[in-house]
Amino acid sequence: MGRKLLLEHINVPGINTLDVYRQKGGYRAVEKALKTLTPDEVVEEVKKSGLRGRGGAGFPTGMKWSFLAKPEGVARYLVCNADESEPGTFKDRYLMTHIPHALIEGMIVSSFALGAKTSYIYVRGEMMPQIRILERAIAEAKNAGFLGKNILGSGYDLELYVQPGGGAYICGEETALLESLEGKRGNPRIKPPFPAIAGLYGCPTVVNNVESIAAVVPIINDGGDEYAKVGIGRSTGTKLISASGNLVRPGVYEIELGLPVEEFIYSDEWCGGIANGKRLKATVAGGSSVPILPANLTLKLANGEPRLMSYESLSEGGFATGSMMGSGGFIAFDEDQCIVRNTWNFSRFYHHESCGQCSPCREGTGWMEKVLHRLEYGHGKMSDIDLLVDVSKKIEGNTICPLGDAAAWPVASAIRHFRDEFEWHVNEPVKSLSTNYGLANYAEPIAKAVTVEN
Amino acid sequence: MLKVEEQQPVEFSSALIEKFDELVKRYPEGKQKSALLPILHEVQAELGWLSPAAMDKVAAYLDIQDIEVYEVASFYSMYFLKPQGKYVLEVCRTGPCCLVGAEKLMGHIEAKLGVKENQVTEDGLFSWRGVECLAACGYGPVLQIGPEYTFYENLNEQKVDELIEDLRKK
Repeated sequence: MGRKLLLEHINVPGINTLDVYRQKGGYRAVEKALKTLTPDEVVEEVKKSGLRGRGGAGFPTGMKWSFLAKPEGVARYLVCNADESEPGTFKDRYLMTHIPHALIEGMIVSSFALGAKTSYIYVRGEMMPQIRILERAIAEAKNAGFLGKNILGSGYDLELYVQPGGGAYICGEETALLESLEGKRGNPRIKPPFPAIAGLYGCPTVVNNVESIAAVVPIINDGGDEYAKVGIGRSTGTKLISASGNLVRPGVYEIELGLPVEEFIYSDEWCGGIANGKRLKATVAGGSSVPILPANLTLKLANGEPRLMSYESLSEGGFATGSMMGSGGFIAFDEDQCIVRNTWNFSRFYHHESCGQCSPCREGTGWMEKVLHRLEYGHGKMSDIDLLVDVSKKIEGNTICPLGDAAAWPVASAIRHFRDEFEWHVNEPVKSLSTNYGLANYAEPIAKAVTVEN
Repeated sequence: MLKVEEQQPVEFSSALIEKFDELVKRYPEGKQKSALLPILHEVQAELGWLSPAAMDKVAAYLDIQDIEVYEVASFYSMYFLKPQGKYVLEVCRTGPCCLVGAEKLMGHIEAKLGVKENQVTEDGLFSWRGVECLAACGYGPVLQIGPEYTFYENLNEQKVDELIEDLRKK
């Protein structure tokens, strides 16, 4: 069993209540931080921990905190990004549902570190049940003196509120989230200025993912150095992985970073293998935005070494033969799944979710959806495949926010690794409507893998 | 042209206004517009959808332009700008749910209710639509029903049939 830092007590009955959470050591981090540490010392521990943002970008959390501007007399804000919407990702829902006080405790410690007097948890609107859970937990914490005026006699005041979104993937992008929190359309802002300088209401603001905030609790309890001992290399600590698709046991798992991908998929301790005795065809390792990989490159690096669940190993080989950790949304495809259909489905998603500000994304996502639709439904031409690559390249890097890249990468990578399946759809327009291309050579040893960047 | 029911004047109950008052307190003075999204959720929960008249009243309450409400209500997918069935079945249609049968399930719901996506059944009880990822990919197929956003996981045709029957009896 790997170490559990976030979900150790997840199965304890009543752990969603303040009493049971405290019996299991909850709110120790608040006591320690507010009574024995200065805000800067808390930031220092988080820096030492090596914690990297768990929402997808993987940027070091302590460094992000240290960028926060602190002009005299200007309010500062901490906003928790609980707009979990990346297809394949459902870890924040799990955490907020079952152990809401872990997030509340992390918010208190983190707000203290940043000097925020008012903090918000922006939860996607569809998660109304989780919003109710969090509001109940906040009320409990406030009753117990962990929120409000002069917390634990430290002189530190904090109010914490839950803000619902309205249903928009783009609000997971931090500046779109801030726009939304200000009561506007979720259009990402042009950066700079970054939120650390001008965020919510133009004030210095830090936006962190739910899991990053919750990880601050064990970091403060055990010390940043102890946290950094868990994991591998620059991938310190544990990570929540949302496992979905054709797995025997899909669900949320807390892994120590560095676990071999093969063990994660096939071991009975984790996902238990591919469902219904099928074989693995492909995976999307970090949420729908990251490159899709065929089975062979999922399990092994191009040089034949085992691939590990870590930031570095998942991206080893760049986009030619690697993928990304992203948000930890691990989607497994069995041999019966059609890569063209799934790529079309993801493209429809990005087209639907594009905010429409930037032409390359607004128009390009729609074109990709249309072209993929005709390939999937037997009307595609061979030239469509290169057209898709061309459009994806013209979106990538040419937009205000990363949604453009997120829409381009799944298409480019699907063609990079599964071009013969796309060609088969063009050559067999009728057959491809009723049957699938199958596993083909996608699980064959690495030698057959495509290594040319397209 | 707006239909007759879309032009009806609306009244907000005093209980609803009290909720608005509580929401506005969460933000610094002068930043009351931040309450717009939560207020629209409250209005929709009460009225079932957001009519132009209801949106205008929200604008007046928050002391912002009407257009500031319209542009927000039309941007976010959860707000209904047309009347819906009493129960709106929102089924996740994104990749991971499709790997475990969401498309087939939507076909079943369409046949069971006898209406196409975004249409309302004759008795006014149901409408349904596919929505994008609901962040429950490990428990798919999934659907949600507002205004409480009750969540149903690991669905199959039989479970959906039972759910629809239960809602009919309510």
